[in-house]
Amino acid sequence: MMLPQASSFAPNVDHLFDTLLALCALVVIGVFTVMIVFCVKYRHGTDAERTPAHSHLGVELAWTLIPFFLFMGIFGWSVHLWIKLRTPPKDAQPVYVVAKQWMWKVQHPGGQREIDQLHVPAGQPIRLVMTSQDVIHSFYVPAFRVKQDVLPDRYTQLWFTATQAGTYDLFCAEFCGTDHARMRGRVVVMPPADYARWLHAHQGTGLAAQGADLFRQLGCSGCHDPQSGVHAPNLYDLYGRTVPLADGSQVLADERYLHDSILLPKKQVAAGYAPIMPSFEGRIGEEDVLALVAYLKTRTHAAEDTDEHR
Amino acid sequence: MNARTHPVPEQFDDPVQQREAATLGMWAFLATEILFFGVLFAGYTLCRVRFPEAFAEASRHTDMLLGTIETAVLLTSSCAVALSVREVQLGGRRLATALLGVTALLGISFLVMHGFEYYAEYQEGLIPSIHYTQQGVYAHGMAIFYCLYYFITGFHSIHVTIGVVLMGVMGWRTWHGAFDQDYHTPLELTALYWHLVDIVWIFVYPVIYLVGRAG
Amino acid sequence: MSTVELPLPRSYLEEGFGLRSWLLTHDHKRIGVLYGLGITFFFFLGGLAAALIRWELVTPAGDLLSAETYNKAFTFHGVVMVWFFLIPSIPSTLGNFLLPLMIGARDVAFPRLNLFSWYLYMVGGIFTLACLLLGGVDTGWTFYTPFSTMFSNSHVLMAVVGVFIVGFSSIFTGLNFIVTIHTLRAPGMTWMRLPLFVWAMYAVALVMVLATPVLAMTLSLIGLERLFGVGIFDPALGGDPVLFQHFFWFYSHPAVYIMILPAMGLVSELITHGARRRIFGYKFMVYAIIGIAVVGFLVWGHHMFVAGQSMYASIVFSILSFIIAVPSAIKVFNWTATLYKGDISFDAPMLYALGFVGLFMLGGLTGLFLAATALDVNLTDTYFVVAHFHYIMVGGAVMAYLGGIHYWWPKITGRMYSEAWARFAAILMFFGFNLTFFPQYILGVEGMPRRYHEYLPQFQVWNVLSSAGATILGVAYLLPLLYLAWSLRHGARAGPNPWDATGLEWQTASPPPPHNFDVTPTVTEGPYAYRR
Repeated sequence: MMLPQASSFAPNVDHLFDTLLALCALVVIGVFTVMIVFCVKYRHGTDAERTPAHSHLGVELAWTLIPFFLFMGIFGWSVHLWIKLRTPPKDAQPVYVVAKQWMWKVQHPGGQREIDQLHVPAGQPIRLVMTSQDVIHSFYVPAFRVKQDVLPDRYTQLWFTATQAGTYDLFCAEFCGTDHARMRGRVVVMPPADYARWLHAHQGTGLAAQGADLFRQLGCSGCHDPQSGVHAPNLYDLYGRTVPLADGSQVLADERYLHDSILLPKKQVAAGYAPIMPSFEGRIGEEDVLALVAYLKTRTHAAEDTDEHR
Repeated sequence: MNARTHPVPEQFDDPVQQREAATLGMWAFLATEILFFGVLFAGYTLCRVRFPEAFAEASRHTDMLLGTIETAVLLTSSCAVALSVREVQLGGRRLATALLGVTALLGISFLVMHGFEYYAEYQEGLIPSIHYTQQGVYAHGMAIFYCLYYFITGFHSIHVTIGVVLMGVMGWRTWHGAFDQDYHTPLELTALYWHLVDIVWIFVYPVIYLVGRAG
Repeated sequence: MSTVELPLPRSYLEEGFGLRSWLLTHDHKRIGVLYGLGITFFFFLGGLAAALIRWELVTPAGDLLSAETYNKAFTFHGVVMVWFFLIPSIPSTLGNFLLPLMIGARDVAFPRLNLFSWYLYMVGGIFTLACLLLGGVDTGWTFYTPFSTMFSNSHVLMAVVGVFIVGFSSIFTGLNFIVTIHTLRAPGMTWMRLPLFVWAMYAVALVMVLATPVLAMTLSLIGLERLFGVGIFDPALGGDPVLFQHFFWFYSHPAVYIMILPAMGLVSELITHGARRRIFGYKFMVYAIIGIAVVGFLVWGHHMFVAGQSMYASIVFSILSFIIAVPSAIKVFNWTATLYKGDISFDAPMLYALGFVGLFMLGGLTGLFLAATALDVNLTDTYFVVAHFHYIMVGGAVMAYLGGIHYWWPKITGRMYSEAWARFAAILMFFGFNLTFFPQYILGVEGMPRRYHEYLPQFQVWNVLSSAGATILGVAYLLPLLYLAWSLRHGARAGPNPWDATGLEWQTASPPPPHNFDVTPTVTEGPYAYRR
């Protein structure tokens, strides 16, 4: 009844787990055996030799240093894996996750939406960009050996490459209130061809396109379009750039920066602009913010040009 | 009265041991106090890193003049209590009592000035969730600053209040001759406590009043 | 009045019989007994909550309790067991009773403060009970924000106040112990002659004094945020919920050592006595205790590997967590080596002690899995963690506490208990415990998250085993209550030193006179001089 190893990490993590388990078992068996032997041999009433034994510095140092070096070995191995676990590859495909009491809402870049389900292709690195609408949750897929807390007002990310087609349990692992135990879902891993068909069948408006619509509906374009009379940044090619701020510092325009600039525009004001943008906090949900962020990521001059030439 | 009329509690062998125990106990207690305030300073530091501009702006809304006078008042009071202990060690009584009185009065004036500050801030609309009228870019960060400000200064003022009461008790006992060259541990420990209250304020003063005013 | 004949010293139990003589006592021994009564009450109350939890989890569906009640049950279990049983268990009960006796003192340095600590403990307890009666709290004992500040509709404030107050009880107890150990040691009782239990009390007192204030302030900030909606933890207000976790674990990880260090010291006493040997490597045992207390302050971040803490911070906390495992390993090896060439008898206290070493080892080694970042990602917040800390706290601390209660029972009450029943309870407890918690390791490895009111059917087998074990464990815990109570009336009278043990506490009458010793003892050698 072992857990399936359904991601590229799983075998590596299990390998480390098994090694540590074997090591620990060895120690437990060793110490228990010695204890039992002593308990039998030196129990009251036997005529075992009982000349006083003294503490021995060498012995103490041995059982201080040997565990220490073993631990450091395990630590090194673990850190090696950990860094991989925390560094998504460049080509990882983003999928957006919004957690709320007590459900998982998933949005694919193509606009496909799911609740308590996540469809992913096998063999393709997936990067989940996650945020919470209310309290702290935790995205946990045991079969992948991955888990990441999902925090309100902040993006956390998690990446994996699923390796085996199948359906796997998804749990919320951080206590989040009354129905915490029901905040479960399924991750469906499909062969790439099936996945493409699934995407096609559930095609909605692309996430970026939804964002573009919102950009107009919410009135963002009124100020941020180049034709606008208001002095506001035009947001072209913003994503991934370094932005100088009014207080003299600089910030990388990542997902978190875009998110905060929409909800808390006055937190980090771009240099050269007046802090006149209204806050959208409480007016739009995290899913809409994600759509806007997805749109802003595609708002490049290059994309605009191809649109016009089409 | 002198040490002979102070029976040593049964758990101690002699007054020296009792004094040692009391002093160590006070130092351990002060270590605890430092951690109490330490959490607040740690919280302050992290929030300031998140909202540097707002914290500077909020700091400019504090009353630096009053803050500075308060600092001077507390430092002077610490000096007074130290002199009082010295006076008792040298065998004095009247001057020692007077100096304790001065300490207590300075403590009270510190609290009164703080009261004025709080009142002014209330009128200015600087009390988050009760009366907060700040608008604009930094309103958000400033609310956090003021939240910490009230928590830190409020917690500190509780300490000052306790200190003032202790000064009163010590003054009363000094006046009635409870202490002499040989026995004055309670007075010494009260002074130690007062110095801690003072030292904490020395950290509070720059982070609250001076942050936004450099340059 | 120089020629008046002094009456023979009565025992501390006969110093007065009225309620007043107990509630206004300054005697550390009586205060220890008062704490004993308090923590026993809370232990069974918390145990009741645990019983509800295990009962619910027999079936996958959430059918016995509603989700809300279940959440309140595990929160109550956690709050009560951590703050009202485990933290005060060994230090405030046995520590209070034994510390002055072991160092040859007449009392602790500040007896009135000691009594005040007990009152604080009771007042904190009353708040917690009031919280339960009002309808309870559902945040988990960890009070994570923003759930605890903005989203929970339960009586968070009441619970927080209770814990806040009981925190001061442990600060003052710690302060008292530090000063007592520094200043009240009998002539000749040098630092390197202190029994390891005293060393453990010293280390634990340091942790109590330096960590608890952080918890108190953090809980105050929670209260502030709930009352006024302003604060530094709520992200909606620009605050940082991860900051709360840092503050919380800065206290709560050292708090784990408040629970286990006393147990380690206590078991050292039991094993040396059971094997009638000097402890192997006394100095290393002392250094290990101090090392654990100090490094214990630097490992809190290992609770937060997946909480949004930076990758590099996690690496630092991970290596420190591996390092703190070394002194624990040293202790296990030294206990084992103490048995070598011993003259071992298996009285109930020794059975508890051996059980402790085994369970502590299993709990400690599984800690390595959680210290390894890459493995922790999968295991954290699952039943693996639940099993791990129950092995340390229940398998470790509670076994040690009960072992200590048996060992010093004759000293505390002047009576002997039934050895046969005591051995039976110890063995039953060991098996009941393993049956309860070992399946939870497996549940964790298979991915069952903790704090789940209902679960997927594939987890049922191990849950049923665990609940069955819990039933046995519950019976095993009730047994000592019965035969120890029985012994109060019917047990054989114990002499001053029924075990033929070393240590100053055995050199005075059982139960000891009000001020412990008729003549202040003078110490001429190190502890555990068993080999004659």
